[in-house]
Amino acid sequence: MMKTSNQIGHISVGYISAINGSLIDVKGIENHTRLHDLIKISNHNILGEVIQIYSEKVIVQCYENTSNLSLGEKVIDLEHPLSMELAPGLLGKIFDGIQRPLDDIYSQFKDNGFLKRGVELPPLSRKKKWHFIPKKHLNEKISGGDIIGIVQETSSIKHYILIPPKKFGTLTFIAEEGDYTIEDIIYKLKENGQENSFNMIQKWPVTKRRPFYKKEKATEPLITGIRVIDLLFPIAKGGTVAVPGGFGTGKTVIQQSLAKWCDADVIVFVGCGERGNEIADSLKDFEKLIDPRSGRPLLERVLIIANTSNMPVSAREASIFSGITIAEYYRDMGYDVALMADSTSRWAESLREISGLLEEMPAEEGYPAYLPSKLSSFYERAGVVQTLGTNNSEENREGSLTIIGSVSPPSGDFSEPVTATTKRFVQAFWALDARLAYAKHYPAINWLDSYSNYSEYISNWWNKKGISGDELELNWQECRNQVNEILSKENNLKNVIQLIGEENLPEDQQLELFIAKIIKEGFLIQNAFDNVDNYTDVDKLMEQIRIILLLYKEAKELLNQGIIIEEIKELKIIDDILRIGSSIPNNEISKIAKITDKLFDEIKALKHTHISMGEK
Amino acid sequence: MSITYKKIRQIVGPLVFLKNKHDVHYGEIVKIRTEGQENRIGQVIRIDEEIIVIEVFEETKGISSDNSEIIFTGEPFKLKISNDMLGGVFNSLGQPIDIHTKKLLDSEIFTEIEQDITGIPINPFARQYPSNVIQTGISVIDGLFTLIRGQKLPIFSGQGMPHNKLAAQIVTQAKVLSEEPFLIIFCGIGIIQDDVIFFIEKFQKSGNIHNIISFINFADDPVIERLIIPNVALTTAEYFAFKKEMHVLVVLDDMTNYAEALRELSSAKEEIPSRKGYPGYLYSNFASIYERTGIIKGKKGSITQIPILTMPNDDISHPIPDTTGYITEGQLVLNRNLEKKGIYPPMEVLASISRLMKDAIGEKNTREDHADISSQLLASYSNALEVRDLISVVGEDSLNLEQKILLKFGNDFENKFLKQRFDENRDFSKTFSIAWEVLGNIPKNQLYRIHQEFIDKYYPKQV
Repeated sequence: MMKTSNQIGHISVGYISAINGSLIDVKGIENHTRLHDLIKISNHNILGEVIQIYSEKVIVQCYENTSNLSLGEKVIDLEHPLSMELAPGLLGKIFDGIQRPLDDIYSQFKDNGFLKRGVELPPLSRKKKWHFIPKKHLNEKISGGDIIGIVQETSSIKHYILIPPKKFGTLTFIAEEGDYTIEDIIYKLKENGQENSFNMIQKWPVTKRRPFYKKEKATEPLITGIRVIDLLFPIAKGGTVAVPGGFGTGKTVIQQSLAKWCDADVIVFVGCGERGNEIADSLKDFEKLIDPRSGRPLLERVLIIANTSNMPVSAREASIFSGITIAEYYRDMGYDVALMADSTSRWAESLREISGLLEEMPAEEGYPAYLPSKLSSFYERAGVVQTLGTNNSEENREGSLTIIGSVSPPSGDFSEPVTATTKRFVQAFWALDARLAYAKHYPAINWLDSYSNYSEYISNWWNKKGISGDELELNWQECRNQVNEILSKENNLKNVIQLIGEENLPEDQQLELFIAKIIKEGFLIQNAFDNVDNYTDVDKLMEQIRIILLLYKEAKELLNQGIIIEEIKELKIIDDILRIGSSIPNNEISKIAKITDKLFDEIKALKHTHISMGEK
Repeated sequence: MSITYKKIRQIVGPLVFLKNKHDVHYGEIVKIRTEGQENRIGQVIRIDEEIIVIEVFEETKGISSDNSEIIFTGEPFKLKISNDMLGGVFNSLGQPIDIHTKKLLDSEIFTEIEQDITGIPINPFARQYPSNVIQTGISVIDGLFTLIRGQKLPIFSGQGMPHNKLAAQIVTQAKVLSEEPFLIIFCGIGIIQDDVIFFIEKFQKSGNIHNIISFINFADDPVIERLIIPNVALTTAEYFAFKKEMHVLVVLDDMTNYAEALRELSSAKEEIPSRKGYPGYLYSNFASIYERTGIIKGKKGSITQIPILTMPNDDISHPIPDTTGYITEGQLVLNRNLEKKGIYPPMEVLASISRLMKDAIGEKNTREDHADISSQLLASYSNALEVRDLISVVGEDSLNLEQKILLKFGNDFENKFLKQRFDENRDFSKTFSIAWEVLGNIPKNQLYRIHQEFIDKYYPKQV
């Protein structure tokens, strides 16, 4: 057994002294290593992270399966924490939780599609050349956050090459416009007489948030194209939302719809401890779907981090922070970035598994006591920020990072630790309801349990859009209020119906129930797999809800005139209203105006027969 | 070179502790030789400079601190796999358990390979998204929860319900429209003799199946072996799917026994439990089994899984079904009330789902109205059940016309569409025509979930 340890040059070397699942004890580096430093088990190329340091040993959590390792094997301290490599080429890639390029691993080790242990490949291509356009001049004084140049990363996204935070100095060299790899030197900075060279790569530790100039208030909605969200439970750009739901309630479908349709510039999709086939599904869709803004595949502004449920647990723990670090990097360029994490519960479970191996004292349901602080360190990285960089017109950038985290509560119980803790750190909550899912009401967002604190922040944005109708001057906020009122009345009436039956309610209450049903069937229910219904833009959204509320207003009038509810229910136009979602595409909303006209005609006819009957 | 230990320091349940004296590998397999007893197998699950901890797969009964030799093989658990396994019946360690299998393996030329049974995860990027429909000939599955090649679709059942019958019917009738044959791998986990006999008989009688390999851990076999048998079965499945390019359908029966074995081991290791005493890693552990399913780009074969589990007390929120449902691509849930009503298969359709059907069904694969039909049937049946609840309060007489229609629809749905004989094999078009017949109860203008063109084309003509 090899039991020597020493420092060769800068490299400090130790050896394995115990193995227990994904945790190993290492001796020999305890005097130099820092917490969260990466280590490498050299024979097998396995990476790990130092998670505890004792006087005679350190405990390392390995990112890969430890089978077949033995005591005494050589361990090298890499002397830096897990960091993301940030440079052009990130978009369109699929990485695992520690930024290994899964697509390159597949294409370079083609013999089979399995993930062998100890594969080592750089995250980004070292050979690919990018067309760099310099934006700064020699002898300019520049500092962290400034844009040194631009690379067109994909047809829709310009990659602004930023000076890394905390770096500053006088520009002593800048590459001419031309093609460079990410490792080529493109500029040099002189600071206090010392000159440093830079290429396009920045490395940033995943657990440290990237600095910004200041945080701003969120004022703009992230438009998702999902009606129940955009009207009732909106999310702001830079906001946070949790999507809890038991299995089969459609969390993943919502996450995928958001990734496909929301109006963020860059999407980071973190598949954390979920199904492999789901990743394949998302990937297939991103490749196939055409981005309406650029006419190119959506994948060109998407980045996927995939650590499926059967991949190593410790890399799953890292994946969420890896994702958010890359997201922050694009935010710093001034983009609106949305990060979808599916599912944060699997991530919390990975904490629990590791905590269990460490034999830490558990808090609730075996989760470690530091679950809340870990969760908040994730959600608090969202927000709208003014980025770093010299404050001139060109570089006064504002970027946002929105976090949409799904939660998978065991047996759909929202009081369990992960859901309950998450609720403390998010501003919007889309509660998915198994009963709605059973009734095939998708998206199964329960309108009574869900909430969003963003409606006040963003109502101005909607008002500025100036969407209002002629017959009924309801703005977005008023529509929300009316819909909420009708739905909550329906909920109150439910118990009464159970006792006396719907038929025996007063006519006006029957109308509330009827309109509530139309709101549910014809507005809240939306088919994510229908080519027309899958995305509703803001104009169609307002028209669609407006016509339902118009029917409501007119029907109340009719009841006052003595027309009975059964006659109203039999209006032919109601079928058309219910089918608007799937029958009228966003670019043909003038057809809704035609339905409105028909509605008035039918109402007129109904009044007419009523009057003539009255005369007889 | 193998190293032998002759002294055991401590024995706790299935765990054996040795004083560490050599260069042992993590996960290495050891043989345990005890005087006058069969050889046993174990695996290294923890090492430090003092101690080696071994998990013994078979019982530890009869082992004392000095009556046994522990032989370190220096190798992980490897399974011998060969083409000659077809038709054979094996135990948890991949050894033949009947004379027929022994003969089969002795008489043939052995073309075996050795394979580590711990699965390596499939690279998510290398996965081919499953999209080939499997026709099971069972209306409720084909129509509402279509099974897809490469999917993992469990049956959530309860004690005494016909899950085995349903699994047997699926397996014997399963057919892909391209007619390529399946290899069935049956993995019995803590299963009783009668069930084994039932399955083997059904498989053998079926003309559809030529290839079956069975791995059986009987109810009275050592509990710890239940933890390895799914991996043994799935390692075999991966060999035939990805090396021999076959389509493999794996039935795991019953995963509840597996989970209980896991809990037993965890408690022997004195781990901190999470829900109902199950370990915190139940999810990751289940995933390591269920995720060994699917299709890999550029390879012809596939693995489809039908795990069966019995929900303790029929409780779908119990950690076993709950955790499973989060990993599998849907679930088929059986309902005791329907079974009591004499309806087979007693499928609780509102709790069941197939997640992979959305992209696989439709014009090219099944029929253009398939998605609409299934969505409408489920929505209307859900409404019908609400009406039934209402009757229990207000009585049938005070229903309105719409509600009466729904009631009739609900009954027809259960008796015509859902209900089916055990030996009845309905193809897709038969299933769809029954579906439209049942939907014919509902007026055209209330079929909100069906596109108008399909209503025009398929809605039954009124007599």
